[in-house]
Amino acid sequence: MSTQILEKTLMELSHAGRVGVTLPESDVPRSAERPPAALLRDELPLPELSQLDVVRHFTRLSQLNWSIDTHMYPLGSCTMKLNPKVNDAIAATPAFAEAHPMQPAEDVQGALAVMHGLQRMLAEITGMDACSLAPLAGAQGELAAVLVIKAYLESIGEHRTTIVVPDSAHGTNPATASMAGFDVVAVKPQPDGDMDLDALRAALEEHGPTVAALMITLPSTLGLFDRNIVRIAEMVHAHGALMYGDGANLNAMLGQVKPGDLGFDAMHINLHKTFSQPHGGGGPGAGPIVVSARLAPFLPSPHVEQVDGRYALADPPHGIGRLGAFHGNFGVLLRAYAYIRSLGADGLRAISEAAVLNANYVQARLRGAYDLAHDRTCMHEVLFSGRRQKAHGAKTLDIAKRMIDYGYHPPTIYFPLVVDEALMIEPTESETKETLDAFCDAMLEIAREAETQPELLREAPHAAPLRRLDEATAARKPILRW
Amino acid sequence: MPSPADRKYSREHEWLKLDGESAIVGVTDYAQEQLGDVVYVDLPEPGTALTQFEKMGEIESVKAVSDLFTPVSGEVLEVNQQVVEKPELVNNDAHGAGWLLRVRLSDASELEKLLSPEEYDAFIAG
Amino acid sequence: MTTETQDATTPAAGPAAEAPAVQHPYIPLTDDDRAAMLATVGAASTADLFADIPAPHRLPALDLPDALSELELLQAMQALGANNRVATERACFLGAGAYRHFRPSIVEPLVMRGEFLTSYTPYQPEVSQGTLQTIFEFQSLVCALTGMDVANAGMYDGASALAEACLMACAVTGRRRIAVSDRVHPHWLDVVRGYARGRGIAVDALPHGEFTLTGEHACLAVAQPDFFGRVSADAGVWGEAAHAAGALFVVAADPVSLGLYRAPADYGADVVVAEGQALGVPLSYGGPYVGMFACRERFIRQMPGRIVGQTADLDGRRGYVLTLQTREQHIRRERATSNICTSQQLIALATAVHLAALGPRGLRRVAELCYEKAHYAAAALDALPGYAVERDEPFFHEFVVRTPRPPAEINRALMERGIIGGLDVSDLLRHRMLLCVTEMNTRAEIDALATALEELA
Repeated sequence: MSTQILEKTLMELSHAGRVGVTLPESDVPRSAERPPAALLRDELPLPELSQLDVVRHFTRLSQLNWSIDTHMYPLGSCTMKLNPKVNDAIAATPAFAEAHPMQPAEDVQGALAVMHGLQRMLAEITGMDACSLAPLAGAQGELAAVLVIKAYLESIGEHRTTIVVPDSAHGTNPATASMAGFDVVAVKPQPDGDMDLDALRAALEEHGPTVAALMITLPSTLGLFDRNIVRIAEMVHAHGALMYGDGANLNAMLGQVKPGDLGFDAMHINLHKTFSQPHGGGGPGAGPIVVSARLAPFLPSPHVEQVDGRYALADPPHGIGRLGAFHGNFGVLLRAYAYIRSLGADGLRAISEAAVLNANYVQARLRGAYDLAHDRTCMHEVLFSGRRQKAHGAKTLDIAKRMIDYGYHPPTIYFPLVVDEALMIEPTESETKETLDAFCDAMLEIAREAETQPELLREAPHAAPLRRLDEATAARKPILRW
Repeated sequence: MPSPADRKYSREHEWLKLDGESAIVGVTDYAQEQLGDVVYVDLPEPGTALTQFEKMGEIESVKAVSDLFTPVSGEVLEVNQQVVEKPELVNNDAHGAGWLLRVRLSDASELEKLLSPEEYDAFIAG
Repeated sequence: MTTETQDATTPAAGPAAEAPAVQHPYIPLTDDDRAAMLATVGAASTADLFADIPAPHRLPALDLPDALSELELLQAMQALGANNRVATERACFLGAGAYRHFRPSIVEPLVMRGEFLTSYTPYQPEVSQGTLQTIFEFQSLVCALTGMDVANAGMYDGASALAEACLMACAVTGRRRIAVSDRVHPHWLDVVRGYARGRGIAVDALPHGEFTLTGEHACLAVAQPDFFGRVSADAGVWGEAAHAAGALFVVAADPVSLGLYRAPADYGADVVVAEGQALGVPLSYGGPYVGMFACRERFIRQMPGRIVGQTADLDGRRGYVLTLQTREQHIRRERATSNICTSQQLIALATAVHLAALGPRGLRRVAELCYEKAHYAAAALDALPGYAVERDEPFFHEFVVRTPRPPAEINRALMERGIIGGLDVSDLLRHRMLLCVTEMNTRAEIDALATALEELA
């Protein structure tokens, strides 16, 4: 069987002698000082393509992708909402796109004003005292916030080595705690999805003075608002530990509640989720952190400050240092700033209302066909279990693949790990009722197929560019380059 | 299908088969089924000292990684190079060609802490 | 409120009365949609859906600027942008880790295609082959540039890639001490220190070129070119010193320089990292950029970050998938090689399109233009009274100039003449400026710089 190919690689398209762009001749005399021959390379095995070849190659590749711009993309915990084009247009403006990160502050007051404004707006939205825009992604924001907590605790003479994490947490939480040098203790949720206060109390008592923080996602990764959150914060604080919030699900809380009011001491925010930065196939994002006043001196560098009406970059007095070469993913920060400015307070509140209503609508329409992990009002996402369909012979993976045939990007599956056959749907505020109805109709049809023709699901997708791929061989015999 | 009668089992789903002066260790057919497609095994070097029921390596499927626990104390004599190169042998023949290690036992009395085939089958039947 | 007003006069009815009076383009639900959906849900109002939030904390005041219409937003942003003095209409001689290069016109429209821009991590390979194949191509291009065996899908930026490389060296060697050249970009060094501190790993910043390692060091990390632009012929010796100590040799390279200079694999690198920004990515005040990360094949299971591999579908058609995922946080959790769960994919894509457009001859030409123009500029400045270029070592496209006055003063005067000067490195070396010259700088700009500096002496 000859291997069929959807699109050749750049190297397969390469033809010696072709070029994709012209470059000028040198307009200066050739330097008499030549680089030492020993330092020069003799081969550079890059592909050689005509300009049209390059354009067609990447255009064709793009057409093999599904995206928010082309399909509903209800990927739970990822907040695949509208990515407004106006934000891209602003980011591409030369006044911002051509600003050099090492220019003196006096020459980049516009960029610094955007950053200062975003710092203030994110602190206001979350009810916190200070904000750092330095983290380059959500996971790096987590790391930064945990290092800030560590530095704060050390400054008051506390040597705490443990972080408590619900076992429903995103994998970055324990990985981050470990990168920051902490041990991880996991606690399970109770059956209604809220944190088990007895289990938390036991963990706090067992590890007592070594607990630095509780890392908790609110609303939780189960799509629920923990009704005991104030009590949890009190318990954590009573043990001298801090409350860390994973902001992955902030979209549900915009204008409804401020985490700072609930007792959170630190939190990271995913600008690529709540604040509409395009996901780009896996980045760039940005993970600003917001903290309470006692943690502010420990924020990473740089921080934007305003003195006498001028903006400047500053290093917090006891800061944890830099997280990246420059000041954060400015292009992402710029889009988030524009997004908030285009919505205002009422608009942000309308976002969370619509996101939560949409998720509850999907929950209501699919309740009879799929098992709910927790049958109660959900927030911005709804968590089902495919266990009923699995009993008929179609697993959650098969349901997900069948959704592709109906033209919907699959939701998040098998996360959180604590729910069997998890299927997590986050419609976001961006979808119309018509789209939600068509999506629910498709899900109901798939539930019927799971009972009557499970093999149809097991062999799905039937209508995608490729059928299921052999991931085992890919991992056993890795081919990672041409 | 009942587990092979010629060996002992651990609750961590490893099997051990005595073979002359030494023993062969692997994971059970039940374990490989739970793991799915095995893509990688990370095993201790020959000469490594093992302590019963402690971690001795890792076994990975596409989307999971599990610790391997040695069913007995002793010294690693040999690693099954074929399974390192073709981890799918664990899926294809967990009780045969998919064996992992040959071990010299340091304390034969430890075998009493392992399960018989009948006990193991009852254990996995839950 | 200054948002669209077409529905502003429609009186809201029933449970939807709490909804905003104006329809926002980002939120499609209308009052009748809300009413119908609430009926299906069985709730009297959307407020009921938030009943789990403790009542005292519900609906807090939110002190934010009023919403802007799209036109007002563009005007507001234009006004802010006018406060930036950028390189578009000025000659720019600033580098120091972020470089102004020619970006072929095809890069941006291809990268900004919605199918690339608004997709997420390719968790469903059947409908993500575009992203997956571009990652595979990016990995392959990074290997071609660096000469290494394998590369990952990308890191946050060059600095964090260096930090991750050092942590990987610790994991590989089982050692807990990192040696770094003190001529690595100072910001990068700070990032390495921050990542190491979290894990309780010690960092030794060693005087450049005097690399005395011990058996405690997990790696020696150097920059080539170094922060001051110098390209050393001794890199191979440093690599041997690292290996003699049982440490890995980590090289931070400039990707444009690799169009001209030897691949780090040729002088013994075990891990190569680079900031990819110079390949088709706008300066954008420091980000988003992409870190390149490549290493020897024997380290693939310790490599951080996302990796794509080639495979086939059920019908034998070639395809690509995320692979070796058991290294990553979503599976191995607290024992993962890193907590990273992104790859700056869109920026990696930009570098791939850029390299595809340039090809080997284009990249080499860019590197040669940088070299020639930087050396032309260095000779011109060195000839000026009061200025001296430090040329004790070969350099690529950046060099250090001793100035007769504090560089900050000179830079302010240059800005008035429409020139963005070099980086003031007086905190490291008294009265020194680090200048960068690329293919973007014309001979006329360089001559104007020399004239201006002469006047400012």
